[in-house]
Amino acid sequence: MTRTLTIDPITRIEGHAKITIQLDQNGVVEDTRFHVNEFRGFEKFCEGRLLWEMPGITSRICGICPSSHLITSAKAGDDIFAVEIPETAEQLRRLLTLGQWVQSHALSFFHLSSPDLLLGFDAPAATRNVFGLMSGHRELVRRGIRLRKFGQEIIEVLGGRRIHTPWAVAGGVREPLEAEKRNHLLAWIPEARETARMALDTLRKFEEGFRDNIPHFGTFRSLFVGLVSADGALEYYGGGLRIADSGGNVLEDHVDPRRYREFFAETTESWSYLKFPYYRPDGYPKGMYRVGPLARVNICDYIDTPLAEEERKAFKALAGDGEMVTNSFYYHHARLIELLFCIEKIEQLLSDPAILGTHIRANAMINRPEGIGASEAPRGTLFHHYWVNEDGVLQKVNMLIATGQNNLAMNRTINQIAAHYIDGSPITEGILNRIEAGIRMFDPCLSCSTHADGRMALHVQILNPDGSLRTEVRR
Amino acid sequence: MKPRVATVWLGGCSGCHMSFLDMDERLLELADKMELVFSPFADLKEFPADVDVTLVEGAVTNTENEHFARLIRERSKVVVSFGDCAVTGNVTAMRNMFRVGDVIDSVYNSNGDGPAAKPDDYSCIAKLLPAARPLHEVIPVDAFLHGCPPTADQIWFAVNELLNNRLPVFSTVFLRYG
Repeated sequence: MTRTLTIDPITRIEGHAKITIQLDQNGVVEDTRFHVNEFRGFEKFCEGRLLWEMPGITSRICGICPSSHLITSAKAGDDIFAVEIPETAEQLRRLLTLGQWVQSHALSFFHLSSPDLLLGFDAPAATRNVFGLMSGHRELVRRGIRLRKFGQEIIEVLGGRRIHTPWAVAGGVREPLEAEKRNHLLAWIPEARETARMALDTLRKFEEGFRDNIPHFGTFRSLFVGLVSADGALEYYGGGLRIADSGGNVLEDHVDPRRYREFFAETTESWSYLKFPYYRPDGYPKGMYRVGPLARVNICDYIDTPLAEEERKAFKALAGDGEMVTNSFYYHHARLIELLFCIEKIEQLLSDPAILGTHIRANAMINRPEGIGASEAPRGTLFHHYWVNEDGVLQKVNMLIATGQNNLAMNRTINQIAAHYIDGSPITEGILNRIEAGIRMFDPCLSCSTHADGRMALHVQILNPDGSLRTEVRR
Repeated sequence: MKPRVATVWLGGCSGCHMSFLDMDERLLELADKMELVFSPFADLKEFPADVDVTLVEGAVTNTENEHFARLIRERSKVVVSFGDCAVTGNVTAMRNMFRVGDVIDSVYNSNGDGPAAKPDDYSCIAKLLPAARPLHEVIPVDAFLHGCPPTADQIWFAVNELLNNRLPVFSTVFLRYG
C-alpha cells in the first residue's frame, strides 16, 4: 500500500520547505527528512562586488533579519580595514542588533507561533493565524504588533528605514543618535517590558497544560554553540565562541570567531538546498549542534540584566544541575527570556551618555586580504567571511548562517514528533501541524540559510520501506 | 462578503512581507476589512479559487515559482507585483550574470571533510530556471508596487485602493526603487 503525507507549504515560518517521512511495514516512522527548497546564490554573485557594497547587498539575504547581516558584514569590513571602531559606534551597533532581536523574536512568538499556543494545534486551519487571533485575543495581538514595532523603530531611528538600512559600514556607522530620538525610544521601555512579561506568562501557562507533550518535541543530546562575553555573560554582538555539550561540559571557550573553520564544517545532501553544518572534530552527522536562543541561554554563565537573569535561573532548573535544557520546545521559552533581556539592555544602552557620541566612524582602506565578521543573529551565530584584492573587490565569499546550523537538529526534531504522533491511527491535520510546529520552534529563516530564494513549502510524504509512496494528505 | 486577499512569496527575501507587517496597528483595521485567504502568515496549503487580490513578492526563479505564478493568475482577479524582485528581478536576478551550474558548483563546494552532494534530487526540490525573471515576464500583472521593500505607507495606500476596486496609481513620491 502506498501512502504519502503532504504538508505543502509549511506555513508561519520564514521560507519554503517540505518534509518526507518513511515508515516501515508496521507503520512505524523509520526516517524523516526536512527539505529546503530555495536558493539565490549570494556567495557566487557577490564575487566582483566592492567591499563597501557588501552590507547593502547581504542585508537583502533576509527581510526578517537584514540588520544582522548588515552588522556582520560591517564587522567583516572592520577586519579587512584592520580597525577598531569608536566606542559609540560599537554601542550603536549593539543597539541596532537588539532592535533586530526584538522585532524578530516578537514576530516569532506573536505573529507566527502564538496561534498554535492560544488557539490550539487542532484549531481550524483557516483561522489559525495572527489575523484569526485578532477576534478573541485582540489585546495580546495588539501588544505583540506594538512590540515588533518597537524593535523596528529602533532600526528606523538609527538607520533611516526599517528594512534594508545601509547604516552600518566598515569602520563604524553612518549617523549618530540624536538626544530627542533617544528619548523617544526610552519612552517605549515600560510598555515593551510589560508585553515581554505577558508573553512569558502566556507561554508558561501553555507549557503547564502541554507538559505531557513537550518531551516529544525534540528532546535529544547535542552540542550547543554561541557567543559569550569575556566573563561568560549572554552575548549578542562581540565576545568569543563557546561550544558545550548537553552535560554542561565546555569543549571550547572564548574562541576567536575568526577561527570558525577549525570547528565547523558543512556538507550537503542531494535532497535539500540547505547545507548541513557540523562540529568538525565529531564528523558528520555526529557533530550535530544547536544555535540560537536555546543554545545561548543554555551556555551562558549568567545574563547581566536582572529580570532576564531571574528567568534564566528558573529556566536552567528545568534541567539537572549544570546540565543543558535539551528539549527543542524550549526554544520558545529561551526566546522570550532573550526578549526581556533585550528590553532591559536597550534601556541600559540608551541611558549611557556614550550612546549620543558623534565619533562614530574609523576611516581606513584595505589593510588585509581577508576578513571575518561574526555576531549573534536572532536565530544564532552568523559568520561572514570575505576575501578581497587590494582594491577591495570581492574574490570569494563564505557565509555560515544561523538557521543552517540547526539543520541536523531540525531534522531530528521532526523525526521525534512524527514518530510519537504517527502511531497507526488516522493522521489528522492537527498532527501535521504539530510536525510543522517542530520547525517553527527553531524559528528558521530559510531565505537566510540558503542565502536563497524565499519561499518555504512543507511537504510531508510517507514512504514504504522500498521507497514507494505510502500516504498523501493535503490540506 | 469581505474581499478575499492573498499574499505570496516567490524568489525573494520576505522583506516585502515584513514591510506588510510594518503597517503595525493598521493590520487590526485591515483584518476587519478583508479576509486573508492564503499567505505565509496563514495555514491554508492550497491556493484557493476566487481570490480578489494577490500580492506577489519575489522573482520567478525556479520551476515551482513558474508553476505557482500561473496558478495564482488563474485564480486571482487582480495580481500585483509586490516589491522590486517581482517588478524587476532585483537581487534575486543578480545570479543571472552567471550560468546556473556555476552558481550551484560554487556555493555547494565542500567545506566538509569529504566530497559534497549537489542539491539535484528534483523529485523533492525545485529546479532553478536558467535566469530569475520578473513576474510580468511570466504572467500578466495588473499593478506594480516598487521598492526594496515598498514602505508600509505605500502598501497601506495600495491595499486600500485595491479593496475599493481601484488599481493603485502612485504619485512620484512612491515611484522609487531600492
